[in-house]
Amino acid sequence: MNFDENTPIYLQISNLIKIGIVQGKYNPGDKMPSVRELSTELKVNPNTIQRAYSEIDKEGILYTKRGMGTFVVEDLKIIEGLKVNMAKTTVEKFLDEMDSLGISTEEIVEIIKELRRD
Amino acid sequence: MANIVEVKKAYKFYGGTTALDFIDLDIKKGNIVGLLGPNGSGKTTLLKVIANVIHPESGEIFVDGKKVGIETRKIVSYLPDNDFLLKWMTLNNAIKFYEDFFEDFSKEKMMDLLNFMELDGKLAIKVKDLSKGMREKFNLSLILARDAEVYLLDEPIGGVDIITRDNILESIINTFVEGKTIIITTHLVSELEKILDEAVFIKDGKIILQGNCDDLRMEYGTNIEGVYRQVYRGV
Repeated sequence: MNFDENTPIYLQISNLIKIGIVQGKYNPGDKMPSVRELSTELKVNPNTIQRAYSEIDKEGILYTKRGMGTFVVEDLKIIEGLKVNMAKTTVEKFLDEMDSLGISTEEIVEIIKELRRD
Repeated sequence: MANIVEVKKAYKFYGGTTALDFIDLDIKKGNIVGLLGPNGSGKTTLLKVIANVIHPESGEIFVDGKKVGIETRKIVSYLPDNDFLLKWMTLNNAIKFYEDFFEDFSKEKMMDLLNFMELDGKLAIKVKDLSKGMREKFNLSLILARDAEVYLLDEPIGGVDIITRDNILESIINTFVEGKTIIITTHLVSELEKILDEAVFIKDGKIILQGNCDDLRMEYGTNIEGVYRQVYRGV
């Protein structure tokens, strides 16, 4: 796994995990890999993984059971909300780039329709 | 969180110059810390005074709340930046030596490390007959096989090929146990980015910046190597 080292690695890892949840790689109620497992897999310091987990924990998407591990919440509404939020963030980035190219909303819609046709 | 290492106003004149200039440093328990700086900035000297192999002219150093000495040596595992094993020793001899010398040395952990480093078939070979990369891996394995509180690693990835380097970094992460502390010196900053919690920048025997790596990335908007450039070149 290659990280963009210019931004905090824990944020990139929490993002990676959230993508995994939205994609259904980790399902509601699933036990997440342990800090140690993820640290070995990603070759990243375990404290950084712990920080990523705590961050998503704070957002209410993961929760930790003492001595049991970290789990994905069962509440589907929360996961649906996460999906919408992540989509919005991606679209916002896209719109910023379109703005910098001076492309209007109407034009963007046209381009999307055209590309989605095939 | 408690400080596992505290350096207070340490002054050391070494090799004809001021190596440590009344340096102050606190290291929190449970982190992998990078001690970063150009050649001659005082990194090696600082590790040596923490390891208690040399003594500062003034100032005090504490490890786990105790003044450095025989007691703290038992909980500090130190990898010097030069070869420290006797040339005639076979790997087996060296392992036996460490086993006898350090109570916290685990033969089992050593064998796991050697297996991972692909050195487990070379135990009858003499230390002097190992390649440089193999020797570095072997030396590091001896240091990591101890169950110490603090590991001091002086340039563990200096002068080895990239495969060996990855091997070494992985073994450091894999043996890192919660609550233990590792301090690594290097001038190869980018290679260590992913494994460091904290970065300490040293210049002319003084600490000029210290912080959590992810917080520094956020604050400076660049990687630790970028912070390093800004700190030492002012760009």
